[in-house]
Amino acid sequence: MAENVRVVGDTLPGADLNAPLLEVDDLRVEFRVRGKRIPAVRGASFTLERGRTLAVVGESGSGKSVTSQAIMGILDTPPGYVTGGEVRLHGVDLLKQGEETRRTVRGNHIAIVFQDALSALNPLWSVGFQIGELYRVHRGTSRADARKRAIELLDLVGIPDAKNRVGHYPHQFSGGMRQRVMIAMALALDPEVLIADEPTTALDVTVQAQIMRLLKQIQDDRHMGLILITHDLGVVADVADEVAVMYAGEVVERASIHDAFKRPAHPYTKALLRAIPRVDTVGRELEVIPGLPPNPASLPSGCPFHPRCWAADPEKCSTEAPPYEEVAEDHRALCHFAKEVYRDER
Amino acid sequence: MNAELGQADAAPEPVLEATGVVKHFPVQRGIVVKRTVGHVQAVDGVDLKLYAGKTLGVVGESGCGKSTLAKLLVGLEPPTSGSIKVLGKEIGNLSSRRIRPVRRDIQLVFQDPYTSLNPRMTVGDIVGEPFEIHTDVIPRDKRAKEVKELLDMVGLSPDHVNRYPHQFSGGQRQRIGIARALALRPQVLVCDEPVSALDVSIQGQVINLLERLQEELGLAYVFIAHDLSVVRHIADEVAVMYLGKVVEHGTSAEIYDHPRHPYTQALLSAVPVPDPDLRGHREEIVLQGDVPSPINPPSGCRFRTRCWKATEKCAEEVPGLDVGDKGTHPTACFYAEERDVTHAVK
Repeated sequence: MAENVRVVGDTLPGADLNAPLLEVDDLRVEFRVRGKRIPAVRGASFTLERGRTLAVVGESGSGKSVTSQAIMGILDTPPGYVTGGEVRLHGVDLLKQGEETRRTVRGNHIAIVFQDALSALNPLWSVGFQIGELYRVHRGTSRADARKRAIELLDLVGIPDAKNRVGHYPHQFSGGMRQRVMIAMALALDPEVLIADEPTTALDVTVQAQIMRLLKQIQDDRHMGLILITHDLGVVADVADEVAVMYAGEVVERASIHDAFKRPAHPYTKALLRAIPRVDTVGRELEVIPGLPPNPASLPSGCPFHPRCWAADPEKCSTEAPPYEEVAEDHRALCHFAKEVYRDER
Repeated sequence: MNAELGQADAAPEPVLEATGVVKHFPVQRGIVVKRTVGHVQAVDGVDLKLYAGKTLGVVGESGCGKSTLAKLLVGLEPPTSGSIKVLGKEIGNLSSRRIRPVRRDIQLVFQDPYTSLNPRMTVGDIVGEPFEIHTDVIPRDKRAKEVKELLDMVGLSPDHVNRYPHQFSGGQRQRIGIARALALRPQVLVCDEPVSALDVSIQGQVINLLERLQEELGLAYVFIAHDLSVVRHIADEVAVMYLGKVVEHGTSAEIYDHPRHPYTQALLSAVPVPDPDLRGHREEIVLQGDVPSPINPPSGCRFRTRCWKATEKCAEEVPGLDVGDKGTHPTACFYAEERDVTHAVK
């Protein structure tokens, strides 16, 4: 694993190493179903630097997984189409690259760990073969060498007895071990950006703690940028440096981890934090967000959160789209009243 | 309910009582000639008592037997041995026909609102189905009105009786499941992971509903979940299960603030807390490995293979669920000792 020194320009022509590692700028994705256009991501923007962890938080249907698929270039087209924005890796807009470059970028620069390791792994091949495949396809390594590398990786992600386990099939592993295999696969080509899409949602808490610790340790060792997609605010508080909160296909708040939890500026973020059962809610009614997340096919007018919002102005919020207000340095919220919410004045 | 007259201030009878409940599933090999090669020891000697209006939380990781316990308690599975009493009536050894009248008093809310509702039945039919089975509860001509009242009680519009499950969101479907469980006016509701399939903002709504119903109807709940913060919010008492056994049992405060069993401590410390200020300031116990197979559980204490306190004694003797000399609540560990894992430490 000593090949951490590598030339980015080799695999990504035009790369500017002074540019941020990954910038997502006004990304737009829509699904075209039966002649209808359904917006899934409506302008998502965030930046990821080396060695940092960005948590993308949101409920089901908020567009967080679609965003990660668009960054990876693995969106199912049709029905999904990227309709606007840029995804810049070292300043190079990936969305403008041909399929060949994108394939090189996948794995070499950006890798992904999926939620459901059982369906992400091929049940017909041994895990060693599947990990080795990356080396054989991307690097032209021989089978024997690829197998050796696979053993090293399985060892690295903490699978005991890696030498024997390398020939086992996915169903022979437990959920936590399978997720480790997924991580090994993602790390195979030493990517700069790792996207973890709900990596621990299907796992038990004690196993979740093991996997999160492993991810953090590997990230530190390799100085990777980590995008953690999750709905679990506890996990976010534990590992993230920055937070992007998504609602109805938009990033409604971007802030440092401390600001996001202690001084949220978007009413949705604030309500989400209040909805978690805590020690001091015992014996009291939980504060909940009324209603349901909107259907992307028929979003409410104005601010899409206004029908559920506790701070909404009935007139303004239902007619005008909210501005992306900067409430403090590196802290923005998509709300007419972001400043007031931030200062706790509304 | 007190049979003994004149003893108004005697201890109340539990509405649900399980004593020494064991459930072993045979593991069979062979197609024509089946032979039993082992047993999955799903539940292995569980004692529980639940009083009217109270909530007992059951926590544990997957495979610990909590869902099997739920099925045993409502009589969906007969126990291998042991006794289960609902309102004083033994259900453990009843035939499926004789069990039916008892089941009116104890009902089950399922985890997955997407698969536990028949997609071909209307909501009215689903909620009204218990009356088709228990025909003597309500006369036929009053059933439609009762179904509407039930829907109203769980916060759904009574006008929606003719809709189908797919027309509802996850949270609304869970409300339908709750309405169905309440149809026969049971005294006890066994909720098996009722909110784990729901988004955070919707979880709170369903939890509040369950709490309101408990207050209004005097229900007793067995609340099975893996989310410890949800259980803390709703439960009066908590039983922690590991590989088919209860390892610690106490009031919510005893379990969360003064855990004594190493497994409880590890479980609590693994739960991420949604507060970035606590990062690195909490005691972290990361367990090694996975839960062993319930077909061949470890000898002695079942947790010893992952326990940092285990000695030879733990492999030879089975620790009883005792209060011990210094203890406040029953803990199944030879070396039980209080340790604060949920609060910040220096």
